[in-house]
Parts: sequence; C-alpha cells; structure tokens
Amino acid sequence: MFDYETLRLIWWVILLFLVSGFAVMDGFDLGIGMLLPFLGKTDDERRVMLNAIGPTWEGNQTWLITLGGISFGAWSLVYATLFSGLYTGMLILLFGLFLRPVGFDYRSKLTNARWRSTWDWALFFGGFVPAVVLSLAAGNLMIGLPFKFDNDFRSHYTGHFLDLFQPFALLTVIVGVSLFCLHGAVFLHLRTEAILAERARRVILWSSLIFLMSFIVAGIWVAIGLDGYRISSAVDTNAVNNLLAKLVIKENGLWMTNYSKYPGLILSPMMAILGTALVLYLSAKRYTGLAFLTSSLVVICTILTAAGSMFPFIMPSIIAPSNSLTLWDASASYYALHLLLFVTVFMMPVVIGYTIWVYRVMRGKVTVEDIENNRNVLY
Amino acid sequence: MITDEIVDLSRLQFAVTALYHFLFVPLTLGLSFLLAIMESLYLMSGKLIYKDMTKYWGKLFGINFAMGVTTGLTLEFQFGTNWAYYSYYVGDVFGPLLGIEGMMAFFLESTFVGLFFFGWDRLSKLQHLIVTWLLAIGTSLSALWILIANAWMQHPVGAEFNYDTMRMELTSIEELFFNPVAGVKFVHTVAGGYVTGSMFVLGISAYFLLKNRDIPFAKRSFRVATGFGLASVLAVMLLGDESGYTVGEVQKVKLATIEAEWKTEEAPAPFTLFAFPNEETMTNENSFELPWLLGIIATRSIDEKVEGIKEIVERKRKFIKSGMIAYGNLQLLREDKNNQVAKLAFEAHKDDLGHGLLLKKYTDKVIDASPEQIDLAARGAVPKVAPMFWSFRGMVLSGVIMLFIFVVAFYYTAKRTAHQKRWLLRLAFYGMPLPWIANELGWVVAEYGRQPWTIANILPTHLSVSSVDVGQLYLSLAGFFIFYTVLLIIELFLMIKYVRLGPSSLHTGRYHFEQEG
Repeated sequence: MFDYETLRLIWWVILLFLVSGFAVMDGFDLGIGMLLPFLGKTDDERRVMLNAIGPTWEGNQTWLITLGGISFGAWSLVYATLFSGLYTGMLILLFGLFLRPVGFDYRSKLTNARWRSTWDWALFFGGFVPAVVLSLAAGNLMIGLPFKFDNDFRSHYTGHFLDLFQPFALLTVIVGVSLFCLHGAVFLHLRTEAILAERARRVILWSSLIFLMSFIVAGIWVAIGLDGYRISSAVDTNAVNNLLAKLVIKENGLWMTNYSKYPGLILSPMMAILGTALVLYLSAKRYTGLAFLTSSLVVICTILTAAGSMFPFIMPSIIAPSNSLTLWDASASYYALHLLLFVTVFMMPVVIGYTIWVYRVMRGKVTVEDIENNRNVLY
Repeated sequence: MITDEIVDLSRLQFAVTALYHFLFVPLTLGLSFLLAIMESLYLMSGKLIYKDMTKYWGKLFGINFAMGVTTGLTLEFQFGTNWAYYSYYVGDVFGPLLGIEGMMAFFLESTFVGLFFFGWDRLSKLQHLIVTWLLAIGTSLSALWILIANAWMQHPVGAEFNYDTMRMELTSIEELFFNPVAGVKFVHTVAGGYVTGSMFVLGISAYFLLKNRDIPFAKRSFRVATGFGLASVLAVMLLGDESGYTVGEVQKVKLATIEAEWKTEEAPAPFTLFAFPNEETMTNENSFELPWLLGIIATRSIDEKVEGIKEIVERKRKFIKSGMIAYGNLQLLREDKNNQVAKLAFEAHKDDLGHGLLLKKYTDKVIDASPEQIDLAARGAVPKVAPMFWSFRGMVLSGVIMLFIFVVAFYYTAKRTAHQKRWLLRLAFYGMPLPWIANELGWVVAEYGRQPWTIANILPTHLSVSSVDVGQLYLSLAGFFIFYTVLLIIELFLMIKYVRLGPSSLHTGRYHFEQEG
C-alpha cells in the first residue's frame, strides 16, 4: 500500500501520537497523584481528588502499556536498547507504577488513618517517580545515551544509572514534573469545587510559571549549549534497516537544524508557551473545560518540540553516534508495519470512542457530599 | 560478556515474576465471567440478591484485579530490560502481538473496569450488564493475544530469518493466529482460569454455608460456581493441550520428558503412571505403567509411535551439525552479501541455524565445535525429565480432584441438598488452592519444557538475555522480592478480611453482620 519510507514516517507519527496520548491522558493522573498529600488536607478531600480520576485512571495508564507494546512491535530495537540500557531507571519506574493500581483500590478499603495516609504517600510516589524517570529519560534521549551495537546487533550500554543525572536532564525533569502538576491541577479545577478547586487554581499559577521558565531555558540550552546530531551520509530511506552503515556527526546546536529546514516547526514551542499563558487566563476566568483542552495542547506541543528537534533520530548514541537509532534504520519489517498500521487505524478510533463515552457517563464534579453518601463504594 | 550467572538470574527473575503474575490472572479471567453471569441472572430474574452477588464478588475481583495489573506491568517491561536480544531478534513477530493486545484488549478491560465499579447509578441496568460483559471479554481477549505470542514461542510459524537485519521477521499473521498450538493453548489456559474463578466462589460460598451465614446468598453463589466450574473443568481436561503435543519439534520433546519415555516404545506406548526418572542412566526406577494409554492420548491412534528421548537427542546431533554449516555461511554472507556459494549453503541449512546457535554456550565461534561440545549441546537440547514428569502429574492430579468436586457438587446441587453435605462443603473449601497449584505447574511444564530455547529451535535462552551486569540483576531481584512479598501480604490480608465479612461488606443492611443486636 505505502512504500517503506512513508510507512516509517507514519509510524514515527503514531509513536508521537501514543506518547502524547499517554502524556495527556495519564499526565493529569500522575499530577494529581503528586498533589494528593498536599492539596487534600482532610481524608474526604483526598478522596474527592482520588475519585475525580478513580473510574478512568486505569484506562489512561493503558496508553503507556500500549506504547510499550507498540514500540516493541514497530521499533523493537529502540524498545530493546532503551529498556535494557536504562535498566535501573526502568525498574524504578516500574516500582513507582506498582503503587498505583493497589493504591487506588486498597486505600479506602480500611478506615484506619495510618493505613490511608501510608497509601496516600504511596500514590504520591506512584505519580512522582514515573514523572521524574520519564522526563529524565527524555532529557537523556536528547543528550544521547552511551550504547553501541556489535555485529549481531546486540546492544552494549556503557553508562551507569547515576550518569543519567546530568544538568540538562535535571532541567527536563523540572519541565516534566511542573507540566504534569499543571495538567493535573487543571483537571482538578475542572472536576472539583469550592476549596479544592481554589487550591488547584493556586497550583496552576505556580506550576505554569515554573514550566514556562524551565521550558524556555531548556530551549535556549538546546540552541547554544547542547550537542545535537545529524546524519552526514546519504541514507536510503526505503531500504531494509542498515543500522551500522550511516555516518553521524555530533555538534553543538545541531538540534536546531530542523527549525531552519522546516520553519513551521517553530509553531510547536510557540504554542507551548502561548498555550500556557492561555491556560492561566482561562483558569482565572474559570473556563475550566477550555483550560483543560489548552493544557492538553501544551503537553502535546512540548513533546512535539523535543521530538521535532530530534527528527529523524529516535535514540542517538553519545559514544558511537553512527550507531544512533533513527526512524530509517530501527523500524520493524515492511510487513509488520503494515499489519500494525491496519490494526491501529481500525482499533484506535474505537478505543477513543468508548473512552469518550466513559468520560461522558462519569462527567460532573466530585464533591465531599458524594464521598459522604458513598463511603463504602468509592475509592 | 554473557555469563551463565546472568542467564540464570534473568531466568530466575522471569520465572518468579511470571508465576507470581499468574497467581492473579486466572482469577481475573474466571471471576469476570462469573460476574457477568451473575449480573445476567439479576437482569433476567430481577432479584436483588443477584445484584448483591455481582457487587460482593466484584469487590473481591477488584482486590485481585489490582494485583493482576500491577504484576502484569512487570512482564511487559521485562522483555526489554532483561531479554533485550530476544526483543530485537523476534521483536518483529512477538512485538506486534503485544501491540495488538494493548489496543484490542487492555484498553477494553481497563476502560470498563472503572465503570463496572462506579457506574451502577449512572447506567441503566442493561448498559451496566454490557459493561460487565465487555470487561469479561476484554480479560479473555488479553489472554488470547499473549497466548498466541506464547504459542509462537513453542511452535514458531509465519516468520522467516532475515540475514540483513539478523532477526526473525513476520511473514504471515494468519499463520500465527491459526497456529495449532495457539488454539489448544488458549482454550486450555482460559478454561483453567474459569475453573479457578469457580473454585474460588465455590470454596468461599462453602465457607459461608459451613458458618451458617447468609444462606440464600451462599447457595446461589455455590450453584452458579458449580455449573460454570463443571463446564470449565471438563473443557480443561478434554481440550487439554496434550493433543497439541504432536505438533512441532519442541512439543515432541515435552511429551517425551513428561512421560519419561527414554526410548521410543512400540506403538501404542504405555503410560507411566508413576516412576523415579534417573537422568544418569536414562531409565525409570520403580515404574508403574498402564499399557497403551500414552499412545492413545498423545497420538489419538494405536499405531503411531511416541518418540523417546534417546532418539530425539540423536536427531538433535544431526540438526546441530547442520546448524554449524548454516552459522558458518551466515558469517560469510554478513561479510559479503554477494557470496553466492555461501548464500546457497546458508539457504539449504538455515532451518537449523538455531541449533547451531545452541553451541554458542560452549564455543563462541560455533564452527570449531568439538564432538564433545556437540554432544553436550545435543543432550542439553532436552530439558531434565524429573521436573517435567512431576509437574505434569501434579497438575493432572489437581485437575482430577477438582473434577470430582465439581461433579459431586453438581449432583447434590441438582438434588438441592448440596448445602447440607458438610463433607462436600469442607472439600470445596479446602480444595481452594488446587486450581492455583494446577495453573502454576502447567506453566512450569510449558516453559521449562521449552528449554533450552526461548523460541523453539530458533533462539536459545542463553543468547536471549540483555547485556546487563550481575549487580543490576541482584538489585532488581531484591526489589521484586521486597515489593512482591509486601504486596502479597497486603492483598491476602484484605482478601481474607472481606471474605470473613461476606456480603455484609456491601452495607445494604440485608446481611448477617448487620442484623445482629
């Protein structure tokens, strides 16, 4: 149907779509998890926060799981190299994610206060740890990771877990954590009322400011202080993967080349910045629904900015730049990409359709009265 | 460098986390269908008690479901973290199945599970029933795709090795889907889950009846579990995957080791009911055999032979030698794609490439393997007999006892006297661990029986691991050990608490603990 080149391009877009889907849908769950012990002063308030996302968080997390499965299928070399390279980080991420299913389900099953506050902190870490690890990984993807391949395409990773905590990556952690907090607070503002909504609004104020500043600083850093990568040899974008044949140069500021090549790309960081300002305005005016749509847009544009700068790289290697994984040489076979495309085009609209239906059924604000009336049913 | 220690630790971690995950999965599979049945009964009869049943068993379902989700994450991560070369080598085949599973099944179950718990007042009765059914279908669909993937590991079809990319590439999704091993595996595993759910409801209902509490509630639950359980246990046994053991090389190896058939017997082969297999002498001690039975079960005929281990090892030696030629020519091809001689030789032997890779454990170059190393590899191509022999018998024995329980329960339920037979209730209660024993042993047979391969005849286990260091592995093992122990204690604590409370935990005012005083 499509040629291999187009197919790979489509799959890069689908990868971005799934990353964005995860960040938009599960991003506010992670944010609310992080805010839980601080914004909820009483047990009932915390239960309001939990139940604002309780019925839907599980479906949201599935974006991450599907992202894992799809990257295994469509970009198996990326999946294998990233997960084994970042071994310790991935396990910390996993242990963080462990706390959520059990945290939501078990927290309110006993009335003991110690039990509940322990789970509240577990849920905090269930939001905080994934947010930190994922944005740390994103920052390191831009820096480049220390891996290379042998002749059998077995990857060898030479770095250590603590090496991930580089200054630029720490900055992207601030970008990521503040963005998820902002997104979570905006959702909370939409789904709660009175004092909780007020507190959420205050979070929107400071988290958006931190996000804006760190995002802009990161942008300047990428432009003048960070090594980017560029393929310097001819690449046959239609050929079977030929990972070790290309030449890659690594140089300061190269992540900016795409902006001169495709000027339209500048829209994405611009919209992230303007969108954040708009979220502030809309939240102040209490247009909470519009504010949520706008903050979703900010999340998407932030991801698009990073990915767009790196195109066509998915995973650059800092120790052997020519071994970097790009969308032209790390994809699945032609047949497998076609098959998966067919399934995705067929299934994702269905998934999005019933997800919207579930959100419609569960719409409306969650209040302290709801909690009081349904003590034994709700989370 | 890949050392045996890395391979062993990676295998240990996978075995522990997968077996742990499977403590929760079968109950999710079974309970979700029982919930859907109970809620259907509520809609058909209009009796509130069926709604209470759906809600109460739903509470226990939720406690279990959370653990299933938690531990399932591990498995998806683990292919990448610990089995990176596997993930690359067969990612083109195995990966798409996980992707499809995510889009087709995981979204379905995890989107509707929230609505199942919180949608009671927001949905019409029929809408909620549909949600429950979708949840149940979603859980079984997840099982479908991951079992197709697992069946491919046992009996790889529909894929081909590409020497340019050095990996297996998918050529036909239909072949994967209609893999004969996949069909039996799915039915066997899912039905095993339904049995687990049924034994769970049966045992806990028996507990209520023994305690003389909430009798109408317990009787109805007991009845539903009996019907569904009997049908499921029959499905597990009659459509057990022994019938799939004649397809494919690895399945034949499994059959020979399960039956401790050291050498090929005259057809129809006898079934070894009991014996002590001796790995050294390759014979059975103190064996007790039933004539004909194995041949009939395994081949569904009286004239086909069941191959013995000695003959298999002999054949392995030939495959390995052919694999050495494939491997040698592959190296030549990798150096020069236009080497036509090497290409022809490789094509002629490429089906045995995997067997050549078995030698990697003993010599890095493969083509220089000594006869002793070939012997070692050939003997190592068959897993140890005792674990297979005993696991299988443990599984079957558990199954037979459960069959007995369900048949008797069915008989007395039909006579409407089951709730008075205290011996039956006790049997049902103390029989509750049986499905778990059977499930876990079943996976030991399936996965240990495939060794030394991750992908049968294609990729050896010791090549599949990631290039990680031992320190990381000990750290992650310790992490899993701590997390999984604590979580299991919490889960069991909550489960037992809610079982003790019974339907009174619904706070409807209609049940035992709310009516005293």
